Amino acid sequence: MFHLQTLVNGVVLGALYACLAVGFSLVWGVLNVINMLHGSLIILGGYLTFFAWHSFGVNPIIALPGVALVLYIIGYLTQFLVINRIVNQPVLTTLTLTFGLDLILYNFMTVYYTATPVRVTLDLGVVDFGGVVMPIDRLLGMVLALVLTGILYLVMRSSRLGRAIVAVRMDRTAAKLMGIRVHRIYAITYGIGALMAGAAGAVFAMVYPVTTNLTGAFLGKAFVVCVIGGLGSVLGALVGGLVLGVIESFAGQFFGPQHALTVGFLLMLVLLVVKPTGLTGIKGFE
Amino acid sequence: MPQSLRYVLFAAWVLALASTPLWAENYVVRLAIVIAMYTALTLSWNFIGGFAGYPSFSTAAFFGLGCYAGALPQNAGVPMVLAWALATLFVGMFAALLGIIILRLRGHYFAIASFALVEVVRLVISSWGNLTGGGDGLNVPLVSGGPSAVAQTFLGVMIAIMLIVFAVTILVDRSRLGFGLSCIQQNEDAADMVGVDTTRYKVYAYTLSAMFCGTVGAAYASWTGYIDPSDSFSIIMTVKVPVMCLLGGAGTVLGPVVGAAAFLLLEEFFWANFLEYNRAILGAIIVVLIFFLPGGLLRISYSDLLSRTVRRSTQPGATP
Repeated sequence: MFHLQTLVNGVVLGALYACLAVGFSLVWGVLNVINMLHGSLIILGGYLTFFAWHSFGVNPIIALPGVALVLYIIGYLTQFLVINRIVNQPVLTTLTLTFGLDLILYNFMTVYYTATPVRVTLDLGVVDFGGVVMPIDRLLGMVLALVLTGILYLVMRSSRLGRAIVAVRMDRTAAKLMGIRVHRIYAITYGIGALMAGAAGAVFAMVYPVTTNLTGAFLGKAFVVCVIGGLGSVLGALVGGLVLGVIESFAGQFFGPQHALTVGFLLMLVLLVVKPTGLTGIKGFE
Repeated sequence: MPQSLRYVLFAAWVLALASTPLWAENYVVRLAIVIAMYTALTLSWNFIGGFAGYPSFSTAAFFGLGCYAGALPQNAGVPMVLAWALATLFVGMFAALLGIIILRLRGHYFAIASFALVEVVRLVISSWGNLTGGGDGLNVPLVSGGPSAVAQTFLGVMIAIMLIVFAVTILVDRSRLGFGLSCIQQNEDAADMVGVDTTRYKVYAYTLSAMFCGTVGAAYASWTGYIDPSDSFSIIMTVKVPVMCLLGGAGTVLGPVVGAAAFLLLEEFFWANFLEYNRAILGAIIVVLIFFLPGGLLRISYSDLLSRTVRRSTQPGATP
C-alpha cells in the first residue's frame, strides 16, 4: 500500500513533468535551439492564471486557453523577430541568446510580480481510493496535463501543420524544397512551445505555488525529461516525464526528499553518455 | 594594431589593476580583484570554449568545487597556499576524469551535460551536510590583517593567477595543442581523420579550463571567508563567463581579457545606476552582443572603422 501511494504520486507528478517538458522538447527537436526561456514562460503562464483568478475570479480551467493564446503570440513574435535571425548558428550562440532573453523576462516578472509565492487555491478536497490518498486538485492537474499533451500529439500526428513541423524536424532542406516555409514553421513551433509552457504554468498554478525562483528548477526538469525520454517527440516527453516522476517519487521515499533531484540529474548524465537518444529516441539527433 | 602594441596595452592594464590600492579607495580595489578573478575564469573557459569551440557551461561547477576543495583542507589545518594547490589539483583531476566521459558528446548534448554538471555538484555538496555544512555554508579561516591589507593581498593573488593563466594561454596558442584545438573547432571529423588525437586534446583543453577555475575558487573562498552552495555554484556565473569571452573574442589570446574588463565595467555602471533592472540589462547586453558583435570586440577592424568615419565626415556634400 505504501509503495502504491508512492507510485501514484510519481505518476501524477510525471504527467505534470511531461506537460512541462513537451514544448521544450519540440523546440529543441525542430529548431535545434535549447530554449533557456522555457522556465520563465511557464512561470509567466502561472502568473497570468493566478492574476486572472485573483483579480477577476476567473476559474483557472477557463483561463487556461486564454493564457495559452497569449503565450503563443509572445512565442511566435519572439521567434519571428529575434531567434529566427540566428537559428542556424552553433549552440553557443542560440543558447546564450535565449538565456539573455530569459534574464530580461525574469527581471521584469520579478519587478512586477515580486518573488513572493502565490497559488490558486481551489480547495476541492481529497479522494481516498482504497488507501491511496490524492488531493483532487492534483488529480485535475494530472488530467489536464495529459489532455493537453494528448491534444498536441493529435495535432502533430494528423494535422497538415503537424506534419509540416515533423517534416522540418526530419530534414529542413528537403522540407524547404517541398514548399514548406521553414521560417514560418519555426515561428509556429516556438509559439506552440510557448503555448504548452503557458498551459503547463496554468496547471502548475493550481497545484504548486508560483514564484520566479522556480524558473531554473522547471528548466532543469525540462532538460532531464527530454534527455530521458528522447528528443522532439511528444511520446518521448511523456515517457521521460513519467519515468522521472516515478523515479523522483521513489528516490524521495527511500533516500529522503533532498536527494530526489540529484537522482534525476545523475540519471540524465548517465543516459546522456550511454544512450543520448533517450529511451524512445531515434538515431541521428545527437 | 600590431601584436606588440596589444601586449604593451595588456601590461599597462595589469599595472593599472595592480596599482589600484595606491590611488583609489577600497571599493575600486574590490572591483579590481573581481576583474582579475573573472579574467582568469574567462581565460580558462577560452581553452575549451574558444580554442576547441565546445559550448561548455560548467565553469561554476569547477569554481564551486574549487571553493570547497580549498576550504575543507584549510579547516583541517592545511596552510592556505598549499590548500589552493590541492584544490587546483583536485579540480583538474576531476575534470580530466569527467572529460573522458562527457567530451564524447557534441553540440547541444554537451551543453546540456555541462549545465547539468553544475546542478549535480551543487546538489551533492548541499546534501552532504556533515562534510560541507550543507545549505548553512562553511566558514573559511580568515587572513589576518585589516580590510585594506587583506584586499591588497588578494588583489596580488588574483592578478598572479590571471597572469599564470594568461601565460598558459600564450603557450597553448603557439603549441601543437593550440593548433590541434583550432582544428577541432573548425571540423572535428576532419581533424580526427588527418591524425589529430581529438579525444586527448579535448581532455587537455577541458582540464586546463577547469583547474584554474579551481584555483580561483579556492582563493575566492579564502578572500570572502564564507562559502555556501548557492553562491559558489551560480548559474549566472556559468553563463556570464562564456558571454565575457564572446564579448572580447573567443579563441584569441587577449579577447577574454578585453571581454571580462568591458563586461564588468559595464555591469558595475548598471548596478550603480539601475539596481532593479540589472539582470534585464545583462540580458540586453547579451542580445546586442549576439546580433551586433558576433566576433567580439577584438574582431572589429578599428582602423577601418575610424577611416570610414573620417571619410564620411570630410566628404564634401555628404550631409545636406
